[in-house]
Amino acid sequence: MSFRPIPPGVFPPMDLPSYGSTHKRHPDQAPVRIPHTLTETSAPRFTSSAYPEHLDMSRHNGREAMGERIIIAGRVTDEDGRPQPGVMLEVWQANAAGRYQLDRDQHDAPLDPNFSGQARVFTDADGNWSITTIRPGAYPWRNHHNAWRPVHVHFGLHGAGFAQRLVTQMYFPGDPLLALDPIYQGVPEGARERLVAKFDLDVTRPEYALGYRFDMVLRGRLATPMENPA
Amino acid sequence: MITASQTSGPFWHLIDFPEWADLLRAGGPNDGVAGSRITLTGTVTDGDGAVCPDAMIEIWQAGPDGAYEAGFHGFGRCATDAQGRFRFATLKPGPVPGPGNSLQAPHITLAIFARGLMHHLTTRAYFAGEALNETDPILALVPEGRRGTLIAREASPGHWNLDIRLQGDHETVFLDI
Repeated sequence: MSFRPIPPGVFPPMDLPSYGSTHKRHPDQAPVRIPHTLTETSAPRFTSSAYPEHLDMSRHNGREAMGERIIIAGRVTDEDGRPQPGVMLEVWQANAAGRYQLDRDQHDAPLDPNFSGQARVFTDADGNWSITTIRPGAYPWRNHHNAWRPVHVHFGLHGAGFAQRLVTQMYFPGDPLLALDPIYQGVPEGARERLVAKFDLDVTRPEYALGYRFDMVLRGRLATPMENPA
Repeated sequence: MITASQTSGPFWHLIDFPEWADLLRAGGPNDGVAGSRITLTGTVTDGDGAVCPDAMIEIWQAGPDGAYEAGFHGFGRCATDAQGRFRFATLKPGPVPGPGNSLQAPHITLAIFARGLMHHLTTRAYFAGEALNETDPILALVPEGRRGTLIAREASPGHWNLDIRLQGDHETVFLDI
């Protein structure tokens, strides 16, 4: 078994002139292509007993975080549309004011003692997941003059193979900063739009929170004669 | 179409659980598993030789018997410190089956995430002096002159070190998996 190669035209380039931090960090040499071995096709087994779920970032220690409560839900499938059960999603984000609950974030915006900014959720048998959080704020960064990150939520996915490991970011529809953001714009057209969540009335909970849908797709398996006997 | 990768950014530490760097932690998934205890350390540097103090390193490895997730949970995560250093405590993995009837030398896979990395980099740490290194099917794909960037050295008994150079002279060999 192995996973399909990453198709061209989906991932951003490692060397992205508009994003200053890539200049000295992108490798000069092309990576060495290797066949998938057990090392790449296996993956850590994460379970909710050893890695407890934390589904609601909108409250912390029983107190409500500041900001607009939202629900984000989605489905994880592979390239062949197969639902991916048991995927561990790690989620992290800034608070409603655009500041991370970290000493190393020195942006002059208020911290919220009732917002930790970290969640963990596992996909169910159909690949579905859902969390509750606060709509994060935009924040400035020093990439270029007057640079601001669009509103975003970070996602890390642990699938059934180490080769499927994915870290990405989810954006919000209608954000004017998307057109100006090198990190978002670094993803080829046609792929980047799928990093933008969709407002979804079916995810929205009446009298409680707006809902957004964010579906993600992991690499599929290469069919082999063993798996598809004639 | 698969979902595009994005950088982990400089503020991924909200998912930093420092205890995950110790795969042998008391009360952890491998508490009491027998094997040869080792530490794996390294320093991450950029194309200027400057240290990367905001990287996230993940490891994935087989257990001492060479099997994945059969009695040994071979996953760890470590943040690089202000000096760009990471440190894992784990058990030395055994040889792992390779393509065909081949056998892979003991190795630990590393995934490197950081601000400025649009998608994570993957590499491997092999162990210097291991006889199987000579016949490892993956090492054989790496140009001989660069193979050393994948070989951890034993700095002191049980302490293995492999530095990661993202760019430039002696750049680490990264694997396209």
